[in-house]
Amino acid sequence: MNKQKKSFVSELLHNQMIIPIAAILLLVIFNLISDPSFFAIKLTHNNLGNPILSGNLISVIDFGSELAILAIGMTLVTAASGGQDISVGAGVAIAGSLIFKILRGNENTPAELHAPIILAFLAACLAGMACGAFNGVLVAIFKIQPMVATLILFTAGRSIASWINMNANIVINDQTFAIFGGFIPGIPVPTPVFIAILCIIVAFLVLKFTNLGLYTQAVGINESSSRLNGLNTTLIKWVTFVILGLCVAVVSLIKVSRTGQLNYNGIAKNIEMDAILAVALGGNALSGGKFNLGASILGAYAIQFLTTTLLKLKISSEALPAYKAVVVILLVVISAPTVREKLSRMANKMKSKKS
Amino acid sequence: MLNKIRKMTDTGLLLTITIVVFFLMYASAVIFLGSGFGKPQAFFNILNDNAALIVLSCGLTIVMIGGGIDISVGGVTALVCMCCAVYLEYHGGNVAVSILIALGIGLAYGLVQGFLVAMLDIQPFIVSLAGMFFARGMTTIVNTDPFNVTHSAFKALKETRIIIPFMGSLNRKGNYVDAYIEIGVVVALLCVLVLFCILRWTSLGRAFYAVGGNKQSALMLGINVRKVKYLSHIFCSVLAGIGGYVYFMHSGSGSPTHAEGAEMQAIAASIIGGTMLTGGVGNIIGTLFGVLSLSTIRNIVSSAGFDEAWWKNNTVAGMLCLFLVIQSIVVSRKKSAAK
Repeated sequence: MNKQKKSFVSELLHNQMIIPIAAILLLVIFNLISDPSFFAIKLTHNNLGNPILSGNLISVIDFGSELAILAIGMTLVTAASGGQDISVGAGVAIAGSLIFKILRGNENTPAELHAPIILAFLAACLAGMACGAFNGVLVAIFKIQPMVATLILFTAGRSIASWINMNANIVINDQTFAIFGGFIPGIPVPTPVFIAILCIIVAFLVLKFTNLGLYTQAVGINESSSRLNGLNTTLIKWVTFVILGLCVAVVSLIKVSRTGQLNYNGIAKNIEMDAILAVALGGNALSGGKFNLGASILGAYAIQFLTTTLLKLKISSEALPAYKAVVVILLVVISAPTVREKLSRMANKMKSKKS
Repeated sequence: MLNKIRKMTDTGLLLTITIVVFFLMYASAVIFLGSGFGKPQAFFNILNDNAALIVLSCGLTIVMIGGGIDISVGGVTALVCMCCAVYLEYHGGNVAVSILIALGIGLAYGLVQGFLVAMLDIQPFIVSLAGMFFARGMTTIVNTDPFNVTHSAFKALKETRIIIPFMGSLNRKGNYVDAYIEIGVVVALLCVLVLFCILRWTSLGRAFYAVGGNKQSALMLGINVRKVKYLSHIFCSVLAGIGGYVYFMHSGSGSPTHAEGAEMQAIAASIIGGTMLTGGVGNIIGTLFGVLSLSTIRNIVSSAGFDEAWWKNNTVAGMLCLFLVIQSIVVSRKKSAAK
């Protein structure tokens, strides 16, 4: 009985899902103690008379959905290349800027949209995939470390975004356009949640019915042996970056639709940090190899939970990165192999002392 | 001639490319963009504006030779500026202590990041990414708004000009104007000189190359790899502290947006200067020329009429991209030669 119980516990501890779930539980307990009103959810009506849900938990699943979509792509990139893409925030700025460029025609505050939204979205997808393809070429063909390769767009991306619209201050007030980042009339749950669910379903279907997941892990674990086994490692690495570009485009649509205006330097600021955190919190090795998509997605919601909690504690949004940086460091320290080894050695010692 | 190029080491080849590129660029700027570039002061202004970047790039060169990377230097610069500015302006401190604050922040950063990278084997990129966000966040916690420092002793230090004899030029009215450099330039050139000597003639300097080139063989040579890695990060962060103070002396203000993108410029300068991302190859003199090339091309772009803010970033990014690809080609050339 005792032995069986132990194996169950150790199995639970070795499951990746446990880390983000534990993080969410910790935050829930913390909030319950500090301020139970955190969990209040209200049903109100917005200025169009549609019912909407509001509250901290709703904002967690609302904003967390953007992060979850990014986490899908980031997990694949991390698994295949053993590095992270730090240009996702800049990519969101570029794709968002392009959406506005197409929708606005030549006016800064257009009364009506000048092009169908789907056209703008397709253009954004192309832009996002182009950014991803650019990063992918540098990483896969020229064999540059992913983070240095994406550093190029990380710095230049926002400049390119403001160049696309010549730094114009654009405001788009359109009810149909606002749906993607707001609410579908009659449904009180924020639209980004549905978009995220759709993306997650697509991702799982792709992983289930294609070899992408298997190949990605193989390349991440040992590149030369997978090449010797006949995999096109360059193509697989490149494809993961293009997929991330697609995720970036979806997020950019949500982001620009949410506010209806564009702040070239502020949009999706520091989102790369959150996306990387989500992957790390999901228990995926940041050095590549095996991955668990579900854990990353849960990790994304956990990160958003943390952000909302910190904001609730009246911490200014500019100071947030400092707190998150501490969390990142704690996470990587705990998951570092040397630290794990020491911890397990200590645990063994305690066990032997007991017996 | 081709044979000679083939026989050159990576360091030599990359350094030659850098120096040739710099002189070609400067010469073409003098020829095509008029007399402004021809004056010695134009060159000294490049030095004045980029003294901080030179120091930061030197730090990155050291850490990259050791096989790591550090993208927190821009954040550390902003943090140092803000802390020193708040200390001098609101607490009426003296200049010497503010220099110690700058060095202290750098040293603390180096100790923590070096420990995480060298002792716990965490990827340097993750550590310094967190470091960058931490520094930027802390800067806004220290003070949210940008402001200028009006401390008198500091202002005197900031406005000290070192006159270079015989290099002045006549201004439009025909008066003779002396050529000058700021104190920061002296600090930066001193850093370059000291680091050059360390890298070339001390066992520690050779150990950086050995560890970056091949960790395994460095270990077999009896080098304490962890210690050397730790030291390379401490060097980098302390230099970021010094660079932060130089930046502070040049700008005379504290702001959360100071040195935004400086980490990329510093990495770009090191890479243009022939430092390899893979470690083990690099040269401080090359880095100096890397900074000069980078700022020359920025000046060329802005004086050619593209003076909107976004061109600056795009030029730097383009240069970084170009030289990364050149390096990649050099590496593959070496590999195919080995076959």
